[in-house]
Amino acid sequence: MATEVKKEVKAPSKIKSLIKSPARITLLIAGIFFILALVENLTGATDITSPGTSGATLRFAIPLLMAGLGGLWAERAGVINIGLEGMMIVGTWTAAWFGYLHGPLVGFAAAAIFGLASGFFHAILTVKIGIDQAVSGLAINLIAAGGARYLSGVYFPPVGGDRTVSPPVDSFPTFTIPVIAPILESIDAQNIFFISNLAGILHGLTKDVSLVTIALLLLVPLTSWILWRSKFGLRMRFSGENPMAAESLGINVYRIRYVAISISGMLASLGGAYLALVASSVYREGQTAGRGFIGLATVIFGNWKPSGVFAGSILFGFTDALRVRQTESVMSLIMVAGIVALLLSIFYSINRRWKPGLISGALALVAWWIHQRVDVIPQEFVTVFPNFATLIVLTFLAQRLTPPAMAGMPYRRGSE
Amino acid sequence: MKKDRIFWGTVAPLAAITSSLLLVSLILILRGANPIEIFQVMISYGFDPRNLVSELNQTVAYYLAGVAAAIGFKMLLFNIGIDGQYRMGAFFGAVVGAAVSLPPVLHVLLIIITAMLAGGLWAAIAGYLKVRRGVSEVISNIMLNFIAAAIIAFLLGEELLGILPEGSQNVQTKPIPLSGQMPTFKMFNGEVYSFLFVAIFVGIAYWIMLNKTVFGFNLRATGLSFRAARSSGVNAPGMIFVTTVLSGAIAGLVGLGTLLSDTHSYSMAFPSGFAFTGLSLALLGRNHPIGIFFAAFLWSFLERAAPVLEYEGVPPEIVIVMQGTIVLSIVIAYEVVARINLRQQQRAVGKANVDLVKESK
Repeated sequence: MATEVKKEVKAPSKIKSLIKSPARITLLIAGIFFILALVENLTGATDITSPGTSGATLRFAIPLLMAGLGGLWAERAGVINIGLEGMMIVGTWTAAWFGYLHGPLVGFAAAAIFGLASGFFHAILTVKIGIDQAVSGLAINLIAAGGARYLSGVYFPPVGGDRTVSPPVDSFPTFTIPVIAPILESIDAQNIFFISNLAGILHGLTKDVSLVTIALLLLVPLTSWILWRSKFGLRMRFSGENPMAAESLGINVYRIRYVAISISGMLASLGGAYLALVASSVYREGQTAGRGFIGLATVIFGNWKPSGVFAGSILFGFTDALRVRQTESVMSLIMVAGIVALLLSIFYSINRRWKPGLISGALALVAWWIHQRVDVIPQEFVTVFPNFATLIVLTFLAQRLTPPAMAGMPYRRGSE
Repeated sequence: MKKDRIFWGTVAPLAAITSSLLLVSLILILRGANPIEIFQVMISYGFDPRNLVSELNQTVAYYLAGVAAAIGFKMLLFNIGIDGQYRMGAFFGAVVGAAVSLPPVLHVLLIIITAMLAGGLWAAIAGYLKVRRGVSEVISNIMLNFIAAAIIAFLLGEELLGILPEGSQNVQTKPIPLSGQMPTFKMFNGEVYSFLFVAIFVGIAYWIMLNKTVFGFNLRATGLSFRAARSSGVNAPGMIFVTTVLSGAIAGLVGLGTLLSDTHSYSMAFPSGFAFTGLSLALLGRNHPIGIFFAAFLWSFLERAAPVLEYEGVPPEIVIVMQGTIVLSIVIAYEVVARINLRQQQRAVGKANVDLVKESK
């Protein structure tokens, strides 16, 4: 019996070390790419590793990533930000309007400032006044949506009576990385298994990149660094885990939360600005399309870690890109999931962890069954894949998740 | 004490509405419009008999959403899943209603029960996740709303449960036969849904359930203190689950007024956004069945009167901003009042203690 227990404890640590070390992460990513390449060659769904898909993935992922990072900042400090969607709307509108007036760079700056203000508003309501965090967030969503529509009606010049679309804005210049991109393109054209697929993906990431994309991507390591390497980050996480204890050690929890939530608003708003200025070149009503809520989902999916949020938004961006570009290839994603589940099942069985092994084995069977029986995954289900995936994670992995202990709980200075 | 409660219960909402009106006036002045004139136009348009009827019909839907939210609030549950539950209720009510043929009253009853079941079962997912897995109902319900919309959009496909009527762009479910429709009655030259009476019944039942039954007592007790209720023998997790399902069942009724008396089929044209509306109304009406009614009427009044603003050169979406600020001000008002009350109580306790010490000396 005792040895049994020991094994039970030991096994998770093996998985952890597998995920933790950088060399193995690289191996893991390479493995995922390998499976993608394999599936593409097996099914003939030619679009999985094409440069177009990887470029589109990035364009779809960045707004989700920004919303997710915004949610992460707020929740790490102990406040849930349901208003991400509204703050993204603030970003799309201000970026488009100020971008139209003074050029895209000013548009971005305006989105940052107004996003900061909207986050600050959420902070006043939840931290200073202490109203319910969900009510505040939802009200911000409502006011932002209504306000944007009102302001469109007031300011936008009517183009054929349509006031739901802004006048077009100049887009940011994009560039193609000189030597590397052409080399990758030529490798992609060779059609060598795996290597060409990999080159295809990388080609999409090096061709027509916007500087904004790179700048926003850098926010992931930056957030990571701030949260785990800086004094402010330590205090911020402390405020999210146990604000009373933090306060008793002389940390000004209110101030930390003000800063964190304001930045949260700014990040979400920048995600909106990206939608308006980089992914397209207009503001359009309903442009955010629930991305703020998916951002909230990536926070959970990514277990409240910047790298996790990044992985989640890439995954959701990838499914989104496939849905838009080539709906049939979504089916091959099921196959990818099936292969991953099969590998996991083998891995668990080797470690003699029968229950998760059986579950992943069953999942692999389900994936195989779907693949045999269904021709095309309905578009509607692909759209809500992030929501569904998050619910599944919450249902089956809730014990493994490590959310900030006091995120969402009301906290008043000096009271329990 | 009770007088105090009624006083604050009416003053706080009125103060919230007033402050929101002031804010909107400011926005209107910035736009160069005269706010008083605008409000006059809105009121005269909104109280026009023809519009009153459609407001009343809309009030029925909003009222049910408000009651659904209020049941959750009594348990400190934030049922933001009303949107998905309402969709499930209306959709499956429409599908089942069109598939069977029964005598008139039974048919309508079957549709109502189906809708409540569908809404309740959909809410049960969130309830299960909350009780068994400790998942916040806010997050799970947001996800479930999107999933519900997707499932229905999928099932409405033409090869499944949907049909495309001639000359229409919207796919819809098969129409419910005459025996499954609810009549309308005339008032101010308009057609009022008789589903109104169901809503009134729900309001009364909600009040009796909450205040006159053991179940309602347990519900309120669990909402006030989970631990205290549990240690006095209430099955608190079970109560949370049942309350969630009940709230979902009421939410399932939201779309039925329109379905049974007007469209007779479910289509993608059914509106969304009932979740936040319901929560707002429950907050504004302080979870009281009569308070929620007034709040629901205010909401549908504002929405009905909004389009007239277009003629005054003001984008009608200002009304959405107004609703949002009303909710925020009301919540802020309650929070401030609660804090003042707390301070007064603390002071009273402190004073009583000092007196006690003095006496013993």
